Amino acid sequence: MRIAVIGAGAVGALIARELCRYEAEVLLFEREPDVGWGVTKANSGIVHAGFHDEPGTLRARFCVPGNSLFSGLAAELEISFRRTGAYVLAFSNEEFSTLKTLREQGEANGVPGLEIHGREEVLAREPRVNPEVRAGLWSPTVGITLPWELAIAAVENALENGLELHLGEPVTGIEVRGGKVQAVRTGAGRYPVDAVVNAAGLFADEVARMGGLDGLELHPRRGEYVLLDETTRDLVRAVLFPAPTEKSKGILVLPTVDGGLLLGPNAQDLPGEAKEATETTREGLEEVIAGAWRLVPELPLSQAIKTFAGLRPESPQKDFVLGEMGVKGFYQAAAMRSPGLTAAPAIANWLAREISLTYDLPAKSRFQPKRRGIPHPADLSEAEWEELVEKDPRWGRVVCFCNRVTEGEIVEAIRRGARTLDGIKFRTRAGFGQCQGGFCTDRILEILARELGKAPWEVTARGKGSEPVLGEVRP
Amino acid sequence: MRAYKVDVLVIGAGAAGMAAAAAAARARASVVLLERGERLGGVLEQCIHPGFGLHRYREELTGPEFAHRLRGELEASDADVLTEATVLDIHPDGPKVVVISPKGLKVFRPKAVVWAAGARERPFGALRIPGTRPAGIFTAGLAQRLLDLEGLRPARRAVILGSGDIGLIMARRLHLEGVEVAAVLEIQPFPGGLTRNVVQCLQDFGIPLFLSHTVAEVHGRKRLTGITAVRVDELWHPIPGTGRYIEADALILSVGLIPEVRPVEGFVALDPVNRGPRVNGWLQTEAPWLFAAGNCVAVFDLVDTVAELGERAGTAAARYARGELSRGRRVSLVRGENVVSLVPSYLDGAAEGARVYLRVPRPMEGVTVDLGGVVRRKIRVARPAEMIELSVNGDALAELSRRPEVTVEVRPG
Amino acid sequence: MTEVKLVCVSCPVGCELTVVLEGKEVVSVTGNRCPRGEEYARAEAVEPMRVLMTLVRVEDGRDRVVSVKTDRPIPLRLFPQAMDRVRELSVKAPVRIGTVIEKDFLSTDANLVTTRTAH
Repeated sequence: MRIAVIGAGAVGALIARELCRYEAEVLLFEREPDVGWGVTKANSGIVHAGFHDEPGTLRARFCVPGNSLFSGLAAELEISFRRTGAYVLAFSNEEFSTLKTLREQGEANGVPGLEIHGREEVLAREPRVNPEVRAGLWSPTVGITLPWELAIAAVENALENGLELHLGEPVTGIEVRGGKVQAVRTGAGRYPVDAVVNAAGLFADEVARMGGLDGLELHPRRGEYVLLDETTRDLVRAVLFPAPTEKSKGILVLPTVDGGLLLGPNAQDLPGEAKEATETTREGLEEVIAGAWRLVPELPLSQAIKTFAGLRPESPQKDFVLGEMGVKGFYQAAAMRSPGLTAAPAIANWLAREISLTYDLPAKSRFQPKRRGIPHPADLSEAEWEELVEKDPRWGRVVCFCNRVTEGEIVEAIRRGARTLDGIKFRTRAGFGQCQGGFCTDRILEILARELGKAPWEVTARGKGSEPVLGEVRP
Repeated sequence: MRAYKVDVLVIGAGAAGMAAAAAAARARASVVLLERGERLGGVLEQCIHPGFGLHRYREELTGPEFAHRLRGELEASDADVLTEATVLDIHPDGPKVVVISPKGLKVFRPKAVVWAAGARERPFGALRIPGTRPAGIFTAGLAQRLLDLEGLRPARRAVILGSGDIGLIMARRLHLEGVEVAAVLEIQPFPGGLTRNVVQCLQDFGIPLFLSHTVAEVHGRKRLTGITAVRVDELWHPIPGTGRYIEADALILSVGLIPEVRPVEGFVALDPVNRGPRVNGWLQTEAPWLFAAGNCVAVFDLVDTVAELGERAGTAAARYARGELSRGRRVSLVRGENVVSLVPSYLDGAAEGARVYLRVPRPMEGVTVDLGGVVRRKIRVARPAEMIELSVNGDALAELSRRPEVTVEVRPG
Repeated sequence: MTEVKLVCVSCPVGCELTVVLEGKEVVSVTGNRCPRGEEYARAEAVEPMRVLMTLVRVEDGRDRVVSVKTDRPIPLRLFPQAMDRVRELSVKAPVRIGTVIEKDFLSTDANLVTTRTAH
């Protein structure tokens, strides 16, 4: 049994890892040069509770179990995850009734711990919230994570369990004969397989068409964000939502696992072909700031360190497209709009089980679920750090001063597959801090060049064509 | 882990820190100087242009030459140096300073600390400029380090945003090294840097400077392909219809420096405009054992000034370590009209004289700088690019020290 | 007669100077508010002189380049030629600060000198 998973975002990575629990050859194809660079890269990183989703939808079905799987998954894969809780804030009578609807909906979906709090309690817990708030729906199970870290960790663990990873290899064709999947083609070759899982994010519609399936319609919905630095650490503790609209969950203010605040996203529907339109717009950033200010009026925008946009796949039916459809061996994990990240672990479990039952795959006896994260000495005790440095002095050489990332971590990230500045950044957070790489970009370039045996001008930020330096000034 | 006892611990080996360490050692204190980078000299090492040292050494030096002189002073003193040493924490009780380096973790128990960590550059993300996020966007300091320290070429055709001195100097350096500088854009209606630099970095080479302009949008997916430049109104809002595309593979930013304060901000008060610690005439912060000097206090123009402040802080720290520095009656120095940066925040009665440094918010002709009606200085043209220095002699200081606070203002006439 | 407009950089005031030239002879300087302005204008209008700072290739070293300067100002008009020459030069590592790399650089009387030590 050979299975190809297409797309190494959080969804594809988790599915690949789950499939590695069974006796099967699992191949994971990714068009980008690294894991988690599509939808996963620019995402709010919220682990939702499940009260936003109408009962009966696939979103509702997978969000609540996905949320409860996160604690175990985070421990197993050593990724950042923190249950911060969340408030949905109401500023009018109308919004107050929305809170009640959400609570009923959440309770129907099995979301635990939902409570409506009055103004005083909301302000007591979150003193920075706009004092005009009327009430808040408190949801204790909401958490925050780093989606790309989840994808990276899941792939690292899957590799230890036999995964075959093909990065920088977009799938160009899927052979179907007699209503059955036969093979996957890429620029690098033809791979005979018995099944494919389409977890191609924004490109899942194209992949579906390669398999002869026309029913999947996707378009990108762009969300813009503003990131504030770690000095905003204590301003907000929980994820703060506005009352949702028909279209989206609205513009939020949320803490990040690194201690900053993230504002956003807005929601702009783009034409289907705009799959790389990750540019921000003036109007969009203004909308994000206005939306965030409505929840927390005194946000220090002078502490902004980054603005960016992400795309999420949206379909007309506003729900996930999951399971085997039309063609034998063609499985969909597509249209993963919000709460796709939260649902992903539950979907991965379910889909891998479906495939194992259909193909009668025995469980692997030697599946090793534990993945070790790259140690971050700044989070260790002084004695542990001392010990690391004693073995290898590079663990005492700080390269990224803002986030205190050592050369040891960077070299380890390269050993695990980082090939680019972004690859280092998303694995170690070097360059993610207050100065945004102003002090460390040149040093990381040199380390990458040295470790990969390349010239510094061959090192890229995020794949070919994105080299930060162009050559020597005195060649 | 052993705790190292030392009289004065200096953090940061740029101009301020090296001068502080040498001065403290000359004042017979035991001194350790910590530097997070590999070499001493800080940002001076990458500033290969001349213009340094006219005050301190009475000759015009380049940055690395100025650093070399300071290293000489340091070597002649008894100060110890630890490089590649990053401060993880400063605990105000004790005080205790935890440091990591490739040699391991070290804990210092100094009697006094001089914080001389310099400043960092405001990053691109802080500007909230719309568009894509391609490779090829550099802060001026990073571009300078790549070019002038590493010998690497960051661009073929560049646009520079911000006409502060670093931006102007990078325009000239890039031009000389064969990088076409398509434009320097400045959001204010006047240049951010010194007139001398406008002339000698831009006009000398025919590099165009566009005042009241900024970048409205960044283009390019992998590497920058161009930017949209736009004219702005007095409130810095883009004026519709004035946008034009400029082809470039790099955008270089010289849009401000922010004093580095992270390990100390928890226990000393910061000045909201300078963004560095509030200090008195001895460069002493509100934690009496902690002194601060150089660009981590406020951003200064001249390295000569920074070195002088470092020396003053180092000497004072050595005296504090011996218990010989008494803090006088606290006199707050308050911003009046037309004052932005202002150092110090307190005039200390114990000092035998003081120097006050300040900056105006916009170019002004024919002004008087007035310190509490006691010290006045007439200035023909005051510009934001040039800090105004005011000397306060002992008598004036004695007079001012009788008041709870003193206002500094810059007014026409 | 030609007229040259200059901004004086002798002090922060930044006077706008007008220099009238007859060939290479300065006929008049106006707009200056002090004698330094006139002195600046006379030199600047005829032959602007600048210190050149740039990089020279380092061979067999850990550093790729070493920073250099001319030890006195050279005519600004020679800069393009000077850069062409600088690109041809190299030094072997290690090289100490203050080392003369080229004497009488482009016959200007100035020496090209390293401004740091390269390894």
